[in-house]
Amino acid sequence: MDFDDRSLAGSRRTFLHQAGALTLGAGAAGLIGAGPAIAAPPRFRSDVGVIQTALALEHEGIAAYRLAGKSGLLSKGTLQVATIFMGHHEAHRDSLAKVVMQAGAKPVEPKSDAQYVAELNLASLKSEKDVVALATMLEHGAASAYLGQITAIRDPKLANLFASISADEATHWTTLNAAGGGQIPKSAYIFG
Amino acid sequence: MRTPLRWTLQLGGVAAAGLLATTMFARPGIAADDVAAGQMLYQSKCTGCHSVDADRIGPRHRNVVGRKVASVPGFNYSPALKKLGGVWTPARLDQWLSGTQKMAPGSRMYLEIDDPTQRRLLIAYLKSVSKPQ
Repeated sequence: MDFDDRSLAGSRRTFLHQAGALTLGAGAAGLIGAGPAIAAPPRFRSDVGVIQTALALEHEGIAAYRLAGKSGLLSKGTLQVATIFMGHHEAHRDSLAKVVMQAGAKPVEPKSDAQYVAELNLASLKSEKDVVALATMLEHGAASAYLGQITAIRDPKLANLFASISADEATHWTTLNAAGGGQIPKSAYIFG
Repeated sequence: MRTPLRWTLQLGGVAAAGLLATTMFARPGIAADDVAAGQMLYQSKCTGCHSVDADRIGPRHRNVVGRKVASVPGFNYSPALKKLGGVWTPARLDQWLSGTQKMAPGSRMYLEIDDPTQRRLLIAYLKSVSKPQ
């Protein structure tokens, strides 16, 4: 991969430590604080469904990076980028979960690792290239999913959050696509 | 500088790829071009939550055309979709993609496809991964 090891700090050990901590703490500690400050007036309640769907998407993304990070398939530089992207997804999760809770609902929980392994067919990944290809596909889908759901959101502040998250996912896709040697799409409207 | 031989080989490769695509996607009543375009749209618009062969945020799409609504074993459907009933026909999928919350208020899918051409292409792709009806 073309990720530059020199531009990033950290180590595989650090990643695995962080991944382990995340596994233990995802249910509770990860949902506190973080992310853009969003007040939660009652009207957010009508958007809870769409937020929960987005939250499920973030849980999946976090699991994909965490499990891929533990696979031993990633080189140091790629692992460090994956760790950063996983951190972004955790921040998205925290923001979305916070809004759900403020609206008086219970945030959707992540599935088990075994479910994510099966659903994403992670056992089929044999190389770093495979991992990057999967992450590229997931990030493209996520960027598009956020954009595609914006019209269903009633609260403008929440729509802004979705747009902001979509831009993050698009940045991830762009980075991964370039690292994997993918082409720049010739047509406009790459996402959505 | 390209030689005529190289051009011939390249064109031959393109023709072979086209033939392969036609063979792969050939189904009565479904144009191969529509399926290929639908697959591109599917990858762009649907893979955030769906896969053809795995249940993820949404259920798998293999054999969705002709399948009873909310019938993939083990998938946790919303009460709204369980209540909807019936079978996913191309016409019902078109209605669904036009307005998921109108068709099944409270369902967990919020993405809507306004463009009827895009819906037609997506449904062509979904038909291609389903048993012939």
